[in-house]
Order: sequence, then structure tokens, then C-alpha cells
Amino acid sequence: MAATTPATAPGTRQQNRGPGARGYLAAAAAGAAVLALSVVSLFVGASDITPARLVGDPDARELFLLSRVPRTLALLLAGAAMSVAGLIMQMLTQNRFVEPSTAGTVQSASLGILLVTILFPGAPLPVKMTAACVAALLGTLLFLGVLRRVALKSSLIVPLVGIMLGAVISAVTTFFALRYGLLQTLGTWESGDFSGIMRGRYEQLWLVGIMALTAYLVADRLTVAGLGRDIAVSIGLNYRAVVALGVGIVAMVSGVVVSVVGTLPFLGLIVPNLVSMVVGDHVRKGVPWVCLLGGGILVLCDIVSRVIRQPFEIPVGTVLGVVGAAVFLVMLLRRRNVG
Amino acid sequence: MIELTELTKTYGSSTVLDGVSLRIERGGVTSIIGPNGAGKSTMLTIIGRLLASDGGRVTVDGMDVDRAPGREFAKRLSILRQENQFTTRLTVRDLVRFGRYPHSQGRLTAEDHAQVEAALGFLDLVPLAGRFLDELSGGQRQRAYVAMVLCQDTDYVLLDEPLNNLDMKHAVSMMRQIRRAADSLGKTVVVVIHDINFASAYSDRIIAMREGRVAYSGTPAEIMTSEVLLDVFDLEVRVEEVGGARIGVYYR
Repeated sequence: MAATTPATAPGTRQQNRGPGARGYLAAAAAGAAVLALSVVSLFVGASDITPARLVGDPDARELFLLSRVPRTLALLLAGAAMSVAGLIMQMLTQNRFVEPSTAGTVQSASLGILLVTILFPGAPLPVKMTAACVAALLGTLLFLGVLRRVALKSSLIVPLVGIMLGAVISAVTTFFALRYGLLQTLGTWESGDFSGIMRGRYEQLWLVGIMALTAYLVADRLTVAGLGRDIAVSIGLNYRAVVALGVGIVAMVSGVVVSVVGTLPFLGLIVPNLVSMVVGDHVRKGVPWVCLLGGGILVLCDIVSRVIRQPFEIPVGTVLGVVGAAVFLVMLLRRRNVG
Repeated sequence: MIELTELTKTYGSSTVLDGVSLRIERGGVTSIIGPNGAGKSTMLTIIGRLLASDGGRVTVDGMDVDRAPGREFAKRLSILRQENQFTTRLTVRDLVRFGRYPHSQGRLTAEDHAQVEAALGFLDLVPLAGRFLDELSGGQRQRAYVAMVLCQDTDYVLLDEPLNNLDMKHAVSMMRQIRRAADSLGKTVVVVIHDINFASAYSDRIIAMREGRVAYSGTPAEIMTSEVLLDVFDLEVRVEEVGGARIGVYYR
């Protein structure tokens, strides 16, 4: 329409504002808060490590680098990536209640690890991880396939389908675990727990960090997918390729996180919803906030899980379940338009 | 020119499009009317390559819809279907910006920005540009989607029932804007529409469909007659000339 319409008043251009001063301030505040939580996380724990001891005591320094730093990094990476995975699922399914654990993704990853454990008992972590990712991919595709056959796609039916599918897969997993006496082993990755994280046992999580970054790089395509297939195709996007990419990221994140630290429920649900309320669904604008908030919440929950019963720890997955359920309830009650 | 050759589409045992051949010339507003199940929306959706046909061919300016590369085709033809349930929380301006996607792939140039502002102005959306879509009324949201489609700056614009969910005032203003898009922006607009009187008052051509076929095609004067409307809708319609437009009276 270039030539035929006169350009609108010149003054309107300035409304193309970026985040604005308030946006930058909020981002700085959020960044500072996550940083502060991370520092607390580094100095909380069973053995007494203080900044002062780090300087003078080589043993303390070694412990710090061996255990504390990896743990905090792992929390930030896993929290950010699981939240981004939730965001992607919500865009792809156009439903705010879908996340990897309400789509059969996480349960499939768990089944994948179990099967490898049964078939190749001594398999190293990378093998289990790969199995988890492949299983997560298949489970997510199954979910999307079932969805395509469901006529009524109301906002509650979609997650219900996912939860039922997840429950069926979980039941299969439990059956095999029972059969092969692996129920206790199953417990270690069914509930997210960072107490075993140390140097050499968390590095795989950098992969999910890369996945979160990838999501940021293809953010516009994910946003368009959230507008639905019709609009995506109309503006010339290869919709199937975007869905494949999104599902790939989600499966990889879920598979790696489940095999390294275990299930982290609710993060993928509450974090993208909280961000959406304030920033909206523009994925490029949302991903940085989702990462900050997701990492921050997980670090906070982990601190709680470490101090609440000192010197013992409770799994962070448990804390997350309680906090997440509460936040989710508040969200449900406060927000009428849930899409 | 949009050209359909022997286009067929079946769902299970029911034939929705039964060998439709049709030409839609460049320019102006073309309305597709007909009773429910006549195949109007199916035809529009296939032209807009959102649905695959079972037989036949659609070309747009000689480009085969099935084979044209998505991005190139998206610079030539845009389609907007009825709104879906899920409303993304995007601001109106961000939504309209995605109309530039085929041209910019997300990196908007100064010209893209100018087009976005022009489309917002064209649909009187400037005061709402910063609002989230889910905070708007149905009519405002519909306008935002139309602005996005216009911003795509394609020669052909297909709209599937753009008056759905609009009250009288907004329906009239939507039709005026569609007319203006054809007249002042030189677009070829094809709309599927239920209200025969809107079709009569705002189109250059009307295509009347029945049972998966094009029953009639012509100017509003040719289509808006009691005989044709009886044949198409199986309903007695008295047609009167009101204020320069032929208006069908069918309420009693």
C-alpha cells in the first residue's frame, strides 16, 4: 500500500518504542534479584562456606567449585530451559495450560530412561540422556497426533488429553519398574533433586541452555505459530518446520533435564503465564523474562529445600510442586481470560 | 487473476466442491454468497492454500497454488479466516508487524515500519496500537487482523466472513474499509459473506454458490433478482432498489 496511501502523521512513529525506561529498570531489578538469589544459593548448605573462607582456605575453595557453583549453575540452566519449553508448548498448542509435564513429554522421557536402565543396566548418562530425549520426542509427537484427532479443542480439553496421556505412560513406566525391581531407582528421576549435582555431573545442562538460546533466535517463528496455522501459512511460514523445531527443543530440554536432575513440575506452566500477563506473548520479548524468572524461582525453591530441614534436604521438586500449585491456583482465580 | 479449474473437494462421502471452474479478475471487491454448506469457505480456503484440494487446479496470476514457494506466494495473496478461540497476547502493533513477515523475515526496515503505521491508520487503530489483543472487543480485534492482512501488502486479499461477530455499526465500517482497500489501495478483495445486502451494496461482482458449484456469477444487478436468489437460497426474496443499491427483503 506504499504509494497509494499517504503516510500517517509523522508523530506516530515515536510510538514504536522499545522496552522504554521502565522496562529497562524492571529488567535490571529482576536481573539483580536473580543474581542475589544465586549468591545466597552459593553460600547455603551443610558445610559452612563463607566468602571469607574462600579467600583463605583452599579446601573450601575446592568444595565451592566442585559442588556449589555447579549446583547453582544447574539450577539456573534447568529452571530457565524448562520454563522456555513450557512457553514453546503453549505457543505450539495455543493453550496456556500445556507444558512438558501436561503433554506426556516428561513421562515419556522417564519411560525412555527406565527402558535403557533395564536393557543396558550399566549405560552411562549420555546414553540414558539420548534415550530420554528420543522418548520425549516420540511422546510429544503422540500428544500432538492425538490432539489433531480431537474435535473439541477447548482450553481445558487439551491439557486433560495431555495429562491422561502422561498418566498412561507413567503407568507403563511404573509397571516395568515394579517388574524389574527398579521402583526406587525410578524415584531418583521422578522427583527433581539437585543434591547430587557436582562438577562432572551437570555439564550436560549447558545443552538445554543452548536450546533456550535457540528458542530466542527463532522467537518470531514461534510467536507466529502461536497465532495459529492459518495465519502462519498465510504469511508464508513453513508451519510444519516450526512445529518440528519447537517440539525438538522441548524434547531435548525435557530429556536432558529429567535424566540429569529429574522432573521439575509446574515451572513450564506458571513462568510463561506470569510473563504473558505482563509482557504478552511476543516470544522474543518474553524469552529473556521467562529465563530470568524460571531460573530465579528454581534457585529460590532450592534454597528453601536446603534450609527448611537443615541439615537434611528435601527434593526441590517437592517444594516446586507446593509453590507451583499455589501460584497456579491464584493465577486461575485471578485471570478470567485463560484462552 | 485467480483461476480455478475443475476444483473438487470431498469430506468422506460428502462432496463439498464439485468441479468448480471460475475466474476472478483483478481489482475490485468480489463477494461469494450462498447457503450453508455450499462450499464457499472451502473454496476460499483452498485458494488461500490453507487446505489441499482433491482434484483440479488453482492459479493466482499463473502461479500454481500447490507448488508456489510459501514466501513468494505470501507476497501475492493473503487470507484471513474466522477468528480462532485462542487470542494471543500481542499488542495490535506487534500483530500488524507480522504482516510484514514475508517481506522482512522479522527484520523490519524503515519502509516496513511506515507500512505498519499506514495500515494502523487505515483501520483507525492508532489509539489502540499499544493494547493487547485480548483486551479489545471482538470488532476491534477483527480490525486488527484485517490491518495485519493489509500490511502484508498483497495484490489479493481473501477474507472469510469478515463480518462475523460484528454489530451493525462495525459491520458497515468493515465493509467501507474493504471497499476503500479495493478503491484506494488497488487490492483485489474476495470475501465470503452471509448477508446478501452487504454483498449487493459493496461488491463489484457476486459469485453465488450452491451445492458445491458456482450457480451464478455476475454484477450485483444481475445476481440480486428474485429468480436468482430463489434458485440459490430456495427462499422467496423481494428485491427493491433502495438508495442506489438492490436490497433483498426476506424477513417475512
